[in-house]
Amino acid sequence: MKQARGVKIWRWSIISVVGFYLLVPLYAMFDFSTKAYGFADSGRTLRAWKVIGSQESLLEAVTRSLITAAIVMAIILFLVVPTAIWVQLKLPLLRRPFELLCLIPLAIPAIVIVVGIAPLYRWISINLSESPITLAGVYSMLILPYTYRSLSAALDSVDIHTLAEAATTLGAGISRVIFGIIMPTIKTGIINGSFIAIALVLGEFTISNILNFKTFQVVIAQIGRTDGQVAVAVSVASLLFVLVLLLLIPTKKRQGAVLDVDIA
Amino acid sequence: MSSSTYVQLVDLAKYFGKVKALDGLSLDIAQGELVALLGPSGCGKTTALRALAGLQELDRGQLMVDGKDVTFQSASKRGMGMVFQAYSLFPHMTARDNVEYGLKLRTHKISSQKRKERSAELLDLVGLASHANHYPYQLSGGQQQRIALARALAISPKVLLLDEPLSALDAKVRTQLREEIRRIQMELGTTTLFVTHDQEEALSIADRVGVMRNGQLEQIAAPSELYDRPKTSFVAEFVGLTNPISGKVSGGSIEILGSVVKTLPGSVTSGTGIALVRPESLDVVASKSGNATVAAASFLGASCRLNITMNDGTKITAQLPSSDAAGIGAGATVSVSLLNMPVFVKAAG
Repeated sequence: MKQARGVKIWRWSIISVVGFYLLVPLYAMFDFSTKAYGFADSGRTLRAWKVIGSQESLLEAVTRSLITAAIVMAIILFLVVPTAIWVQLKLPLLRRPFELLCLIPLAIPAIVIVVGIAPLYRWISINLSESPITLAGVYSMLILPYTYRSLSAALDSVDIHTLAEAATTLGAGISRVIFGIIMPTIKTGIINGSFIAIALVLGEFTISNILNFKTFQVVIAQIGRTDGQVAVAVSVASLLFVLVLLLLIPTKKRQGAVLDVDIA
Repeated sequence: MSSSTYVQLVDLAKYFGKVKALDGLSLDIAQGELVALLGPSGCGKTTALRALAGLQELDRGQLMVDGKDVTFQSASKRGMGMVFQAYSLFPHMTARDNVEYGLKLRTHKISSQKRKERSAELLDLVGLASHANHYPYQLSGGQQQRIALARALAISPKVLLLDEPLSALDAKVRTQLREEIRRIQMELGTTTLFVTHDQEEALSIADRVGVMRNGQLEQIAAPSELYDRPKTSFVAEFVGLTNPISGKVSGGSIEILGSVVKTLPGSVTSGTGIALVRPESLDVVASKSGNATVAAASFLGASCRLNITMNDGTKITAQLPSSDAAGIGAGATVSVSLLNMPVFVKAAG
């Protein structure tokens, strides 16, 4: 019992330290964003927070970034995940190359990617669309390392070969196997990967800024140049938004697992 | 073969590089029959089963089911019910949904009412009607395999394929479940191919047992015939225990332990041979002037196993009814003789 309490104290002290480390800057930002404006150096005001709602460019940017994130999400669900499953199931020899390919974006600095991709986007904005939503293309590449990691971990944790074969003998075709059996099985992994990807897309600055696309982060930075308090308020808001998203990641429901212990 | 041949595996071959997983395997299964394929790991038994399921492409050969050539039919269209060695229930579905899965995919749509009835019927058949709403993680290993069996049977498969379905389970559940598999199979009359490396399993529930070796069928016969009349030394040694005892062979008989017994077809016909004698073909009697000494005796319940050292140093194992072994313990001097049963004799050396 004594040892158990020691573990508990140890655990809570770690959690407090980490929580402190994470929450203090957040609090400082919130504090700064509600400081009274102008020459009055005392008192509190929600002015900066109220301005958020009236900034049209900001709202537009948020909408665009969310649409971009949704597109990236769709690409993950309908392209990346099925491909990863397909490779695992049918093309074991391609596993290594596929893994390497997915990790490449991690090894290349964002600035290098921008330089490489700028001509392509110049062409896209001239011939297809000037919308920042086209960034979904380059973002889907950027998120690969993170999505792939959580996907491959999920795929390794279940015997997808046997599940696929079982479904096949019961009459399922390959698309049914992938979308109806394997994807629901690794649901948690897919959701984790997708949320990380969304957080990444909503937080990306370098590429969109250099390519001169007005995404959420770029607009925040612009506002920050004229009104620091509003920019900080927006940052806090966006942090909270992503936090809520991450908290939505469902943890596996396993209660009742020991409910049933009768033999065979 | 017989007129009721339902499944035919004809000259199947599958090579993985230099490894011959299947090397000219032919096998006929009658309608409603349970055939077990038995063999050491790597003998090709699982490959044969997977080929019949359509999960394994072949290099050569033909597969006939119910008079139709299914060699090139895709696995999803073959209508085979398969139970795997690894737990294979779909983790995100309840037991009932697992059982209904195959029915939902049938081309001729079945009403959800009918489907429910069918799944209830099958869950009842495997004795898990009360677990219909449980998820796989809430079920024990044995229960999961029962549900997997129900799922495979739900589609009224042409052939039920069992790929070592019991090997992940503990001994007691294994025995229970194998008997239940046999009961259900008899009740439904489903033609079944059962792959296992456990000879007790194969011998206890199969109509016929095929022993495989190096991708070929060594012998296929009813369990008792396989045990009593093996056709090759591999079968004799693989199925059951044997004592190698050398002796002189002539005229279809061999002289060992002071008696002459008939040899089985396929045995060595002359010169010195090694008889493969079953432990229960030996008679052991306590005798001061005996030809052997008991090294160890183990009581197995109904029978007793004796490790015996012959006076010439040969070590053999005998098994006799416990009542006959009463009073024979380690260190006892005994006389060992042979019961009059034909033995298989392999070449010496």
